[in-house]
Amino acid sequence: MLLIECPFCGPRAEIEFSCGGEGHIARPQNQEALSDAAWADYLFMRKNPKGTQYERWNHARGCRRWFNVARDTVTHRISKVYKMGEPQP
Amino acid sequence: MSKQSFRLLEGGRIDRAKTVGFTFDGKRYEGHPGDTLASALLANGVHLVGRSFKYHRPRGIVTSGSEEPNALVQLGVGPRSEPNIRATQAELFEGLVAESQNRWPSLGFDIGGVNNLLSRYFPAGFYYKTFMWPPSFWMKYEYFIRRAAGLGKAPTGPDPDRYAKTFAHCDVLVVGAGPAGLSAAIAAGRRGARVILADEQAELGGSLLASADQIEGRPAAVWLAEALAELGRMTDVRLLPRTTAFGYYDHNYLTLVERVSDHLTSPPAQLPRQRLWRVRARQVVLATGAIERPLVFADNDRPGIMMASAVSTYLRRYAVLPGNRAVLLTNNDGGYEAALDLAQAGGTVAAIVDLRAEPGALPVEAAKRRGIEVLAGHAITGTTGKFRVDGVSVMPLSGDSVTGSARTLSCDLVLHSGGWTPSVHLFSQSRGKLRWEESIGAFVPDVSHEAERSAGACCGSFGLADCLTEGHAAGAAAAGAAGDAGQAATAMAGAVEPGRLAPIVPSTVPVGHDGKYFVDFQNDVTAADVRLANREGYRSVEHVKRYTTMGMGTDQGKTSNVNALGILAEAQGRPVPDVGHTTFRPPYTPVAIGVFAGDDQGDLLDPIRRTPIHSWHESVGAPFENVGQWRRAWYYPKPGEGLHEAVARESRAVRTSVGIVDASTLGKIDLQGPDVARLLNLVYTNAWSKLDIGRCRYGLMCHEDGMVFDDGVTTRLGENHYLMSTTTGNAATVLGWLENWLQCEYPEMRVYCTSVTEQWSTVAINGPMARKLLAELTTDIPLDSASFPFMSMREGHVAGIPARVFRISFTGDLSFEVNVPSSYGHALWLALLAAGEKYRATPYGTETMHVLRAEKGFIIVGQETDGTFTPYDLGMGWAVSKQKPDFFGKRSYTRPDTARADRKHLVGLLTENPNDVLPEGGQVVAELKDKPPMIMIGHVTSSYMSPNVGRSIAMAVIKNGRNRMGDTVHVPLPDRVIRAKVTEPKFYDLEGKRIDG
Repeated sequence: MLLIECPFCGPRAEIEFSCGGEGHIARPQNQEALSDAAWADYLFMRKNPKGTQYERWNHARGCRRWFNVARDTVTHRISKVYKMGEPQP
Repeated sequence: MSKQSFRLLEGGRIDRAKTVGFTFDGKRYEGHPGDTLASALLANGVHLVGRSFKYHRPRGIVTSGSEEPNALVQLGVGPRSEPNIRATQAELFEGLVAESQNRWPSLGFDIGGVNNLLSRYFPAGFYYKTFMWPPSFWMKYEYFIRRAAGLGKAPTGPDPDRYAKTFAHCDVLVVGAGPAGLSAAIAAGRRGARVILADEQAELGGSLLASADQIEGRPAAVWLAEALAELGRMTDVRLLPRTTAFGYYDHNYLTLVERVSDHLTSPPAQLPRQRLWRVRARQVVLATGAIERPLVFADNDRPGIMMASAVSTYLRRYAVLPGNRAVLLTNNDGGYEAALDLAQAGGTVAAIVDLRAEPGALPVEAAKRRGIEVLAGHAITGTTGKFRVDGVSVMPLSGDSVTGSARTLSCDLVLHSGGWTPSVHLFSQSRGKLRWEESIGAFVPDVSHEAERSAGACCGSFGLADCLTEGHAAGAAAAGAAGDAGQAATAMAGAVEPGRLAPIVPSTVPVGHDGKYFVDFQNDVTAADVRLANREGYRSVEHVKRYTTMGMGTDQGKTSNVNALGILAEAQGRPVPDVGHTTFRPPYTPVAIGVFAGDDQGDLLDPIRRTPIHSWHESVGAPFENVGQWRRAWYYPKPGEGLHEAVARESRAVRTSVGIVDASTLGKIDLQGPDVARLLNLVYTNAWSKLDIGRCRYGLMCHEDGMVFDDGVTTRLGENHYLMSTTTGNAATVLGWLENWLQCEYPEMRVYCTSVTEQWSTVAINGPMARKLLAELTTDIPLDSASFPFMSMREGHVAGIPARVFRISFTGDLSFEVNVPSSYGHALWLALLAAGEKYRATPYGTETMHVLRAEKGFIIVGQETDGTFTPYDLGMGWAVSKQKPDFFGKRSYTRPDTARADRKHLVGLLTENPNDVLPEGGQVVAELKDKPPMIMIGHVTSSYMSPNVGRSIAMAVIKNGRNRMGDTVHVPLPDRVIRAKVTEPKFYDLEGKRIDG
């Protein structure tokens, strides 16, 4: 079970959180101009990297705030947690 | 009552002043506090304790620890009975009841023993080869296999014991309280670290509990007592005996099971039986020790054949003489110690058989001083004895085979030692990388994955002095630089020459013929099985494991894995590290299911949410329906009524007069801020910009893929203040959905979301008399349709209670939903019942609510939908704005798959026989065939007998359904086929005239 450092509450056990999957996926503007393929890409396609993934977590059983986590999908090492709106490292 | 004839007159850590009685297979014996069941049985001369898994061969106690593969017993009686308990770990207490396993009718005479005679027909992969055909017979085979091959019996009654769970945090968790672990805990504790020291045994001390060495110039036992006293004085050190660390997970999260009261005859009621510790440690020190490796020689499994170190432990710690006349088979100097101990204690050592041509000089010298014959460069080539070993044959070795003539030695005990295997289980579970160490013939920790250090024998450092210094260094380092860790204790102990890996001891009997070279005692896997698996093409060690079942017993191959690797490597002509090792998985030793359940069972499994009116529902005997965590009243039976009668009566009452329903469970989210309308425009498919204050609007919520996931009515309470209602089971999800967008995508929006579900109690008044009933209880809310139109909200008082009244309807009839602060909910309900007597106001439950909404074709999200339905599929295109530039899901409606005309549509179904009620979930087919397969075009989502329509009604989702209106479809059931006509999903008040009463 991961130990995740909520930027608002400090380190807490994984069971307090829910994972929102890959982060930094901006909702497309001007959607009508997007091709079906580009829209499907936004809806369904994720990078699923082997290595560092930038993902969103919600402190669902805590402060209920969303934030970003840089986690290695192989080692589970968390190299950084940062608030929503902060740039991807 | 048997005497403890094999108890030594002095020594040991047992409490001789007290005697405890216990039974094994119905016979009474005696032992002492401090005994394990195994040591007490040996003290009484009992070696035969079980039958083996596959061949039903007589088996005895092999080890003295948690690695025991053979001596598994059924402990306790009735629902407290527990199978497969290692007798070597079961602490003795007054009244302990143990039974041997896997024998029938008795240990001495076991019918299944015939398997041993037939063993040539039970090779590796036997099950896979034999029970293949016909496939339908597997169920029959399995029944007999499970009876014939097995271990203990699971109790049939519910577990009467209580189990606890707790979280703990520490700076340093030390696993194992042997010399290395104690040193680590002391060093870390001296530096002020918060330390947890856990050990699986009842007494802390590990190998020191049976050590003849000196530490700091004092006997090891004295140093141990001092070390424990020092640890006991440290307030930040928690000592956990009887506690097995069985799992090592990410980020230094470890799970421990503490056997709190298993060893007590009458545990105090407040104590749990066992406790699960979930420990998060900044640093971990693994001092898990090592396990002595058996030698794989012919018929090495008879009772009385034991690990050499176990014999030492029984002699020194428990003062038990495991046999009178022993032979030692060893490939290392360490094994000699046990033989010398036995001689010292009064036993006879018939010979020491050393596989090495040139044993170490010191131990040989010591043996000779005792008058023990040392046969260097010899092997044991076979053993005899039915229920107890009674002799061995010994031959000189010449290279990889035996030569010359055999000598027979009579004995009642065989000690063997094939070296030591470090216990790297937890290290490997934590994803630490292992390295093969040729000099000890075993894997040792190489690179840690977590903030972890291994110390002592689990690293392959078997000498006591090394264990003390390594443990001290690991503990001091784990605690950080600050503080004085003091000096490591020093030991006076001879260096230990570790045994190399010697997979199979040569004999005149070739492997795979007469005689069995057991590798895995618990699963009856022999060297021949491993070789056969290799010959049959199973080259990967993971495949060999599953094919032969080696290492798959409850002991997880603690004594067998490395030997099996050696045999496989030899067969493949490859070095062991190339063969690799199987994956170490939790738990280290078996853990009772109750430990994981803890208190999370019964009423505590999941929170139960009850409405403020719950006690009234209960008082009239309403059955309840689970909706998420909520309990909702299902129906209100009058005397003699069942579900159908009650629902028919309630449904009619609502349509003809008035009914009231407790709708308090509906999700309610209070939305405030200047940007609420903007948010609503995004999350609902229809337009929200022009909603006046005091007006309500229904909306569908969709994901970005265009699929409906919630619906509900939202009301504008003020300029920047709205109240959103959600479906009962979805309230938390919807709140999360809103927060997700607000926090992550639209942080500039000023909207505050607050769950107010439990702040309000809601009673919906439905039916033509609803207005009259409500008028009895309010004076400040005008109720006529002109001043209080449909889809609006008024504030005022109902029954003197401040209330928000909504004119919204889930029945299609005239309806007022009255919301009052939840503490008034019960009072409102009673007031409505009292005032409603003259209108025959009828309480109705969720079932009637469902019938009434189905009569009108109103959907329930999650019943009509399953996350694959768009508003258009549901025939609710009217709820989707064509003008709004943007909302969640909008772009998806032009995706080719979403825009298809022949998607599944929501339709109505009317059965040909109006009395037939379709089963919900029934599959719909257009073309009926005699038997499956048939092409299924959809399924029934809702189906009821409707007294108001006067027949059964149903809704279904059917492929291309809107273009099948009037068609007849079939719903095949196991015993019959129901034919039905496709209709619009609306059955009652088709013109919608009833909404104003």
